Amino acid sequence: MGWQIVRAWTVLVYLFMFLPVAVVVLLSFNASQFGSFPMTGFSFRWFVELAQNEAILRAFRTSVVLGLLTALISTTLGVLASLALVRYRVAGANLISTLLIAPILVPEVVLAVALLLFLNFLQINKSFTLLLLGHVIFTLPFVILVVQARLVSIKRDVEEAAMSLGASPQQTFFQVTLPLMLPAVLAGALFAFTISFDDITGTLFWKPGGVETVPTQIFAMLRNSISPEINALGTVMIVMTVGLPLLGLAIARKLSTKGGN
Amino acid sequence: MSSVTLNNIVKRFGNFTAVHRSSLEIPEGAFVTLLGPSGCGKTTNLRMIAGLLDPTEGEILIGGKRVNDVPIHKRNLGLVFQNYALFPHKTVADNVAFGLKYRNVPASEIPKRVSDALELVQLPHVAHRYPKELSGGQQQRIALARAIVIEPDVLLLDEPLSALDANLREDMRVELKRIQERIGVTTVFVTHDQSEALAMSDQIVVMSAGRVEQVGAPEEVYNTPASEFVANFLGASNIFDSQCTAIGGGSVTVDAPIFGQVAIPADKAPRIEGQGPAKLVVRAEKLHLSQDAAPEGGVSVPATVETVDYQGQAVRYFVRAGDTQLQAINMIDGHPFNEGDQVNLHLRPQDCAALPG
Repeated sequence: MGWQIVRAWTVLVYLFMFLPVAVVVLLSFNASQFGSFPMTGFSFRWFVELAQNEAILRAFRTSVVLGLLTALISTTLGVLASLALVRYRVAGANLISTLLIAPILVPEVVLAVALLLFLNFLQINKSFTLLLLGHVIFTLPFVILVVQARLVSIKRDVEEAAMSLGASPQQTFFQVTLPLMLPAVLAGALFAFTISFDDITGTLFWKPGGVETVPTQIFAMLRNSISPEINALGTVMIVMTVGLPLLGLAIARKLSTKGGN
Repeated sequence: MSSVTLNNIVKRFGNFTAVHRSSLEIPEGAFVTLLGPSGCGKTTNLRMIAGLLDPTEGEILIGGKRVNDVPIHKRNLGLVFQNYALFPHKTVADNVAFGLKYRNVPASEIPKRVSDALELVQLPHVAHRYPKELSGGQQQRIALARAIVIEPDVLLLDEPLSALDANLREDMRVELKRIQERIGVTTVFVTHDQSEALAMSDQIVVMSAGRVEQVGAPEEVYNTPASEFVANFLGASNIFDSQCTAIGGGSVTVDAPIFGQVAIPADKAPRIEGQGPAKLVVRAEKLHLSQDAAPEGGVSVPATVETVDYQGQAVRYFVRAGDTQLQAINMIDGHPFNEGDQVNLHLRPQDCAALPG
């Protein structure tokens, strides 16, 4: 009896969480020209229109470029920072670690306003570079958390063994350390990409005039009307932001069972 | 193959001195064990030879050449760790071949060298497996193969047997010694296990609290300990505060509690220089419990058995003679004594040793 209630409650919770998402996906295939129920038929019409909408395509390109660059820079910096913090004695390592993780804890709006004010103070104009910088700041903690955890589990002995066999510190890094932490590096990069691709709060503050990412584009379109195209775009976003990390996770698991410790 | 020399080495970590000024000469081709409890500085010494730590003072020479400023990857050493430290993402063959890639070994020769090394450690059939598919003992053999395939000048072994099961440990001990003798490489072995040290070494360096207590062949260290620490660390010893009353005629006479006057052969008391305070060292296995009278030339003292610690082929007794508790380890002949038995403790003077008091 008790378990029946728990079970029913669980189902309700899941419905509450996922029903809106399901509705968006469902309506994106609706043939009707209003983005709402009732469904009048099944159609890819809105996806086709999406693919022909210049503004959306531009926003999509911006988002992908921004996400890839964010992932690249965040991952590189995150790996270097993790190596320094885990493998070397750095004065104030704990403080540095906390500061690097802090952007997760600070509300994004606060971070967004702070960076904007800071750049105003320096009299630097908003630009794509600035937007990229902002994204790097708040994706970096995720990369560091994932990579650090992995690095701690890679024993120093293994690197020492490599060096004793004649590998220089650089060769040891590329031959031993990097392959062993690759799953974490990939996971970190995926996190960075997805978070950047998905972000709206910071982006709204930082983006220069005329530049739109997919989320800000949706936001702008919603102010005019609820077009069924937005449902289609939402579906694409869901596939990308849910599908990519899952794919990444699968790759990481495959890599770590092949070699893992 | 090269000799290793430590010249007035000191290692400090902040205010803590891990290795006090010490010098050590390891001859070419020798198997030398650094033995001591954890924290005695034995691993610190090994890591300094390896180049993983820099000495605070002093020089390290390998093959007569100063290597203080030579980084680890240019020292040509074989290093084996307690927890194997194999590369988990590489196959056994790639693990073993790793060091060859950084040497001028022609690519065509590498497979042959790898299979020879695997042959030497008696694991020729696991080349294509990953380390985690092997047992602990097999992994350690691969680690050994990886270290010796590069023909190192010195082989450094950091407690390589400590992570293995007891039975396997003894097999590996024999195996390791066989391989070392076969290739004749200078070997520095670090362990806290006295039986490993006694069984394998040409020379044992007993260390305590960052200092070298004694250097000598296993028999020498065992039979003629240079200090109370060595006497206690290698096996169990009974040590008595005594007085040296006479020297001469090839023997040293010590007046000890319980046993009275004991005339010890001079070579068992090389550090006694004159009359005065001395310590009588009696190994637990040299003290025999018996109900017979004393054998000729021996000392006999009555005692009561207090505790019996049965160990299979041997038994460890704690006995009381007067106010003093002693321990004795005897092989079991017939059946062991019981708690409360009255016995005679037999001791032959030539089985004793004496230290300055």
